Amino acid sequence: MEPFTRLTAVAAPMDLPNIDTDRVIPARFLRKPREAGFGPLLFHDVRFDAAGASRTDFVLNQPGYRDAKVLVTAENFGCGSSREMAVWALVDYGIRVVIGPSFGDIFFENCFKNGALAVVLPGGVAAGLRRALGERPGATVTVDLETQTITGPAGEAIRFEIDAFRKQGLLTGQDEVEMTLARLPAIEAFEARRRDEMPWLG
Amino acid sequence: MTSQRLTMFEKIWSRHVVAEGPGGQALLYVDRHLLHEGSTHALARLERKGRPVRRPEACLATADHYVSTEPRAVVSTEPRAVVSTEPGAVVPTEPGTGEIADPEIRAMVADLDRHSRRLGITFFGRGEPRQGIVHVIGPEQGATQPGITLVCGDSHTATHGAFGALACGIGSTEVEHVLATQCLWQRRPRVMRITVTGTRPFGVAAKDVILAVIARIGAGGGVGHAIEYAGPVIRAMSMDERMTVCNMSIEAGARAGMVAPDETTFAYLEGRPLAPRGEMWPRALDFWKTVPSDADAAFDREVTLDAAELAPTVTWGTSPQDALPITGHVPDPATVGDPARRASMARALAYMALTPGAPLAGTAVSRVFIGSCTNSRLEDLRAAAAVAKGRRAAVPAWVVPGSGPIKRAAEAEGLDRVFTEAGFEWREPGCSMCVGMNGDTATEGERVASTSNRNFEGRQGKGARTHLMSPAMAAAAAVTGRLTDVRTLGR
Repeated sequence: MEPFTRLTAVAAPMDLPNIDTDRVIPARFLRKPREAGFGPLLFHDVRFDAAGASRTDFVLNQPGYRDAKVLVTAENFGCGSSREMAVWALVDYGIRVVIGPSFGDIFFENCFKNGALAVVLPGGVAAGLRRALGERPGATVTVDLETQTITGPAGEAIRFEIDAFRKQGLLTGQDEVEMTLARLPAIEAFEARRRDEMPWLG
Repeated sequence: MTSQRLTMFEKIWSRHVVAEGPGGQALLYVDRHLLHEGSTHALARLERKGRPVRRPEACLATADHYVSTEPRAVVSTEPRAVVSTEPGAVVPTEPGTGEIADPEIRAMVADLDRHSRRLGITFFGRGEPRQGIVHVIGPEQGATQPGITLVCGDSHTATHGAFGALACGIGSTEVEHVLATQCLWQRRPRVMRITVTGTRPFGVAAKDVILAVIARIGAGGGVGHAIEYAGPVIRAMSMDERMTVCNMSIEAGARAGMVAPDETTFAYLEGRPLAPRGEMWPRALDFWKTVPSDADAAFDREVTLDAAELAPTVTWGTSPQDALPITGHVPDPATVGDPARRASMARALAYMALTPGAPLAGTAVSRVFIGSCTNSRLEDLRAAAAVAKGRRAAVPAWVVPGSGPIKRAAEAEGLDRVFTEAGFEWREPGCSMCVGMNGDTATEGERVASTSNRNFEGRQGKGARTHLMSPAMAAAAAVTGRLTDVRTLGR
């Protein structure tokens, strides 16, 4: 996993709440192998028309936002299906940070497993950021994971919270399986205890 | 000293903590891991890295998302080999891909078959008599039990919480992690109790209850929470009904939904192939009785619904929270103050091609889908058949049973004949038209009355319009060709 430390990039606002992962990547693309690259499939059915041309009503197709590497979303972005390809599509497209008031729980978790940072901000703060980005297409933000700070388009500093586990994982790009297997004695001890207490589970 | 009162969630969670990590994360032990074709991405990564699966016997795999549900000319209900019910047994079945034309779809099913054989994971392929939807077969085989942790790379894994298990949907990387370590890093969620009081009025199904819950708390209302469903209405529900309720927890944003185990749960499990047997049964039962929340346990949030206020419900928009009684009218965005909500509603109504103020009942539908991990169990099929019996489908209507055993049980009761005589199509088990990835899709602009769980844009096919409802309501839509209040059909 590619580590994430700091990023300065164009940010695009997405104002609709409850954008589900089916919309981020339609189901018919999920059978593609990871190596195929999911960037061209991101938001496919709202990004392209039936003839495959870019739809001008979609934010990432609009002047100023085409190079966005940060999304600022509304409530419950990434709800619905657990498909990790939603994050693969974002990351392959180049989006490494999503900022919003809340996220689908599984999507949120999937972000951190793929080197993407999901930042939860209070609803009013996220709305303010979306408004500012909407008024100034092409404006950039800086996201610094080490200091847990977002610098908005007007230079304002916004502090964000992230738990130490996820922060460390992103900063180092560590292999979580290796980290867990380092605790193998604890797992084995648990399994031995479980065999005594709940032998019917095998 | 007062003893600490614990919720069911807290009891299961604390019993499964293997180690504490930084930032309030815990390494949780996973008792059961269910796999489907979507899990092959993770299986392929493991293979590439040369990592073993820690406990293949804790896994159960089935082909559901990508299989064709096309009725077969010659339907074999015979096992293709000696079938063992022991967990971990390799069941030598055909992957059942012969009927799948699309090479990528065929590869998904064949890959799961190959990995299962390679790793010694029990796999129910198409043609195997126990094959079915992953959230149907887990309980059906008795793999799903009270007090356990269960995961699956599918967001509807909360279904298994109906047995008083802590069951969560996970992503593909997490699937890989569980396969390699039998554990999962998790941050402890908050716990919400949703109490449904009173009694269900005539015609109100479990699906109506959960749609009303989602409409009440919103599609994001359960984010960061595990939900416990409680109260007399839940208690009176069958296991099939409890599974319908827990199944859609994710549609309210919650990764887990649970119901306390009771006599209904135990009666369902007794004698199932993977349930505890012999001297293990009373030991398990003693433990299971300790799983429910203690009286006076504190929840982070409490929500109460009165069942008396519920009616048969349909969705009108593109989020499961967009649900109203069938007696209602299409809402008008102009009456909504919040601009974001107004824009979202207007977009949903444009996609759904509905006119504000129009009555929901009477809306013409193009096709009907009865199936999915939400509503494909025997009781669901009985409810739909009761409406279809002696009537005639006015539009194409599919019935897709959740598993082989359900299909055969329905056929033994003659439900298949009720459906086929009414002009419904009786199909093979699978996720079918719920997921839009296996070839079973609606076409652009079609309006589908569906017993599935998501009415998202494009969910049932690009440009398809989905109305969610109960099996009885879907059957009513099939025989009238319109969204119809099933209570008005009479017998």
